[in-house]
Amino acid sequence: MLNLDNSKQLALIVNDAIKNKQPLKIFGGNSKSFYGPKSKGEPVCVAEHCGVINYQPEELVLTVRAGTTLSEIESILAEQNQKLIFEPPHFGAKATIGGAISSDINGPSSPWFGSVRDAVLGVKIINGQGEILHFGGEVMKNVAGYDVSRLMVGSMGTLGLLLEISLRILPLEKKTITFLLETTEEEAIQRCSQLNRQHLPLSAMVYYNNLLYIRLSGNIASVNSAYKTLGGELLTDNNFWYSIREHTHPFFYQTGTLWRISVPPATPPINDLDGHWLIDWGGAQRWFISDMAAEVVYAKVADVHGHATIYRNIDSIGDVFHPLTTSQRHLHKMVKQAFDPHRIFNPGRLYADL
Amino acid sequence: MQKFIIRSLQKIVTKKNVLQERCELVPYECDALTAFRALPIAVVLAETVEQIQEVMCFCQQHKIPVVSRGAGTGLSGGVLPCEDGIVLSLAKFNRIIAVDLQNRTARVEPGVRNISISQAVESDNLYYAPDPSSQLACTIGGNVAENAGGVHCLKYGLTVNNVLQVKIVTAKGELVTLGSQALDAPGYDLLAVITGSEGMLGIIVEVTVKLLPIPECTKVLMVTFDSVAKTGDAVTKIISKGIIPAGLEMMDNMTIRAAEDFLHIGYPIDATAILLCELDGTLAEVEQAINEVSLLCKEAGAIEIKLAKDEDERKLFWAGRKAAFPAVGRISPDYYCLDGTIKRKYLAEVLQKIDSLSDEYQLKVANVFHAGDGNLHPMVLYDANKPGEFERVEELGGKILELCIAVGGTITGEHGVGVEKLNHMCLQFSSGELEQFHALKRAFDPDGILNPGKVIPTLHRCAEFGAMHVHDNKLPHPDIPRF
Repeated sequence: MLNLDNSKQLALIVNDAIKNKQPLKIFGGNSKSFYGPKSKGEPVCVAEHCGVINYQPEELVLTVRAGTTLSEIESILAEQNQKLIFEPPHFGAKATIGGAISSDINGPSSPWFGSVRDAVLGVKIINGQGEILHFGGEVMKNVAGYDVSRLMVGSMGTLGLLLEISLRILPLEKKTITFLLETTEEEAIQRCSQLNRQHLPLSAMVYYNNLLYIRLSGNIASVNSAYKTLGGELLTDNNFWYSIREHTHPFFYQTGTLWRISVPPATPPINDLDGHWLIDWGGAQRWFISDMAAEVVYAKVADVHGHATIYRNIDSIGDVFHPLTTSQRHLHKMVKQAFDPHRIFNPGRLYADL
Repeated sequence: MQKFIIRSLQKIVTKKNVLQERCELVPYECDALTAFRALPIAVVLAETVEQIQEVMCFCQQHKIPVVSRGAGTGLSGGVLPCEDGIVLSLAKFNRIIAVDLQNRTARVEPGVRNISISQAVESDNLYYAPDPSSQLACTIGGNVAENAGGVHCLKYGLTVNNVLQVKIVTAKGELVTLGSQALDAPGYDLLAVITGSEGMLGIIVEVTVKLLPIPECTKVLMVTFDSVAKTGDAVTKIISKGIIPAGLEMMDNMTIRAAEDFLHIGYPIDATAILLCELDGTLAEVEQAINEVSLLCKEAGAIEIKLAKDEDERKLFWAGRKAAFPAVGRISPDYYCLDGTIKRKYLAEVLQKIDSLSDEYQLKVANVFHAGDGNLHPMVLYDANKPGEFERVEELGGKILELCIAVGGTITGEHGVGVEKLNHMCLQFSSGELEQFHALKRAFDPDGILNPGKVIPTLHRCAEFGAMHVHDNKLPHPDIPRF
C-alpha cells in the first residue's frame, strides 16, 4: 500500500494560489466529478497524499490521508472484521476517502448505522490562509471548540483542502440476510415506518417495482429472531445491494435526469412528480428519474419538507443542490469567507457564490 | 444607559418579563460551576420567537452582550452573565410542539427538559437517546448548545447524532433553519457547527430530535476487579470483540467506597475497580451479549461478575454511579472535577500517572469514567480553607489535562469549555486553529455580542489551567444526578 506524505507540497501550492489569486480545483480519484456543479481553477490532485497514519482496531478509530482509496481502506478494515459505518458508494475504482467526506455520499445502511458526519472525529486541513490546521481528534467525545470536522463533510472542498481524516469505525456484523416482501409503493413506505419503530437489526430497506427489500445485520441471535417474526422470501442475488450502492441497478440506466430526493421517511409517494422512482433508506432517500423542470422538482419536494439534488445528467443552468433561503445563503457566504477569504478552494463547486 | 436598556427591553417583552432587581438577578449569576459569578444588567424572559428577534435586533444595534440560558445545569460556566449585558432566558419555551410518530421525530421548544421528551413518547414505545445525568433538569436547548452526552452515547451517539433540525435567531435577529426534517440538508453542515457551540453563534429557538424505539430488553452487569490494568483490559476486550454496550462505566476504589457509604447499594468495597456494563436489544441479542461479555471479563481476570436480577437492582447498580459526585463530596470539603477524554487503551497508563501525580501533590484523586468512550472524570479532593491548597489543585488539574492531550485526547469530552477551560484551549490548539475558530464566530456574530469572552481564548490569554471547583459539595440543585 502506498504511503506518501505530500502535505508540504500541497501547502506550497495553496500558498502560491493565495499569492497569485489563482483558484484551485481539488480532486482525488475523480470518481465524483459527475456530482455537483463544475468549478473552475487549476487542478490539484490529492490522490498522492495517501496512506494509513493510525489504525487501532481495538479503539474503533482510523486516521488516513485524504488520498487513500476507499477500496484500500475497506480491505484493511475487513482484515480486522471492521467496516466504514457509512457503506460508501465508490463510483469508480480510484475513489478516495477525501472525496467521500467532501461529497457526503452515503450508502444504503446510513439511516441505521450512521452517515459520513456520524463517522468523522477529526480532520487536518489547509485553510484559505495556507495554514495546516487540526480539528477534533481520535476520541469519541470531544467538545473543545467548534465542530470544524463535521463542517468539512459535504462542503465539496470549498472550505479547505482536506489532508487527513480520523474516523469512527464499526465491527462487521456477524450475520446479514435480505428478504423480500411483495407490496405497493404506498404500503412499502408505511411498512418501513412501522419497522423503524421497532427495535430490529435493520441495515437497509429499498422498494422498487412492487418489491420491498429488507436487509438485517447484527449478531446471529438478533437477526434470526427478527427474521422469524418478519418472514419473507430470502434474496439470493448477492449483487443487489452493490447495484443500489453503486448505481449499477437497471433502474439507474433509464433516460432522464437522476435526482436524489431527501424527505422525512414516512412521506407518502410524491405523485405530483412524474417519472421513475426507487425508494431507498426506508423512504428517507428516493431516487427519481425524470425530465421535469428543476424549479418544479425543488418546489414540490420543499412542500413535503424535503430537499432535492440533481445527481446525474445535469442539464440545468441553475443550482444543482437545493436552493437555500436568503438567510441560509448569507450564513454560507460568511462561513466560506471565514475559511477561504480569497476564494481559492473549488469556487462554485457547491453553490455559484461560494 | 442601563435605564434605557431596561426600558427598551420592557417595551419588547413587557415589564413583568424583565428582571432587574438584585434579588431577581442572583439566581442567574452562575450555572452549576459556582466558582464563577456575575450579575447582568437584566434577565429577559422572552415568550415568543418574534420577541427574541426584536431583543437581538436591539442588542445588536447597541452592542449589548447577550448570554442565552436554559436550566443553568452546565458545568463550565457557559452561561456566566456579562456585567454589561443581559441574560436571555429560554425557560418559557417549554412546549413540545409536535410529535411525528411516523417519522420518529419530536419538534420541541428549547426550554423543554431532556427527560420530558422521552416521557412524552414512552407510551408509543419511543425515546430520545442522549441522557446526560442531569436529564431531570437540563433542557434540550442547552443539550444542543453543549452537544451533551450521557452514559448511552457509546452506542447511540451524542446530541449531534440525534438532532435533525435546529432553528436559531442570529445576532442580527434573523430566524434561520439549520438541518431539515429529512435525514440531511443541502449546503454546509451548520447544524453540526451550532451543536456544541455554547451559545456563541446563535440563540436556539426550536429543536427537532430523532426518536428511537425502546429496546425490548436491558440488562446490566457489575464486574469486580483487583487491578486497574485488568479493568482497562476488559474494556478493550469487549470493544475489540465487536460488542458495543449501551453503557460501560468504571469506578475506582475511592468512589466505590464513597458511593457505598452514601447509598448502601452492595458495591464490593474492597474492589480496586468495578465496571458497569449495560447491554440492550432484543432478548436473544442481550442474552448472547451477556455470555460473551462475562467470558471476556473472566479472561481479563474479573473477580466477580454479577447480573442485576431485575429492573430494581439494575436501577440500584446505576444509582451509585449517578450519585458518584455527591458521594465523593461527602468525604471531602471540596473537590475539583475534570473532563478529559483519552483513547481507551491508555486507561491503565493514565490512571497510574494520575496516581503518581496524586502522590506528588499530596492530594487524593477519586476516579469515575465513561470507560467505553474514554471520558475521564477525575475528582481532586481538597480543602479550600487551607491556604495554597487550591493553587496546588489547579496545577494538578492542569497536569492531568496535559496528560490527556499527550496521549492524543482532549481537554473536554462533554462539559464544554465555557469560561472554565479557556486556558486549557491554548494547550490543545495552535494559534492558527484558535484564529480559525474566531473567524467562524465572526461569520455568525460579526460584533461579538453572543456570549462574549467564552469558549475560544484570545491568543494573549493562554497561560493558566482551570477545572471545576465545588465547595462543601454545594452544587446548585444537589439532588440532580450529574455526569
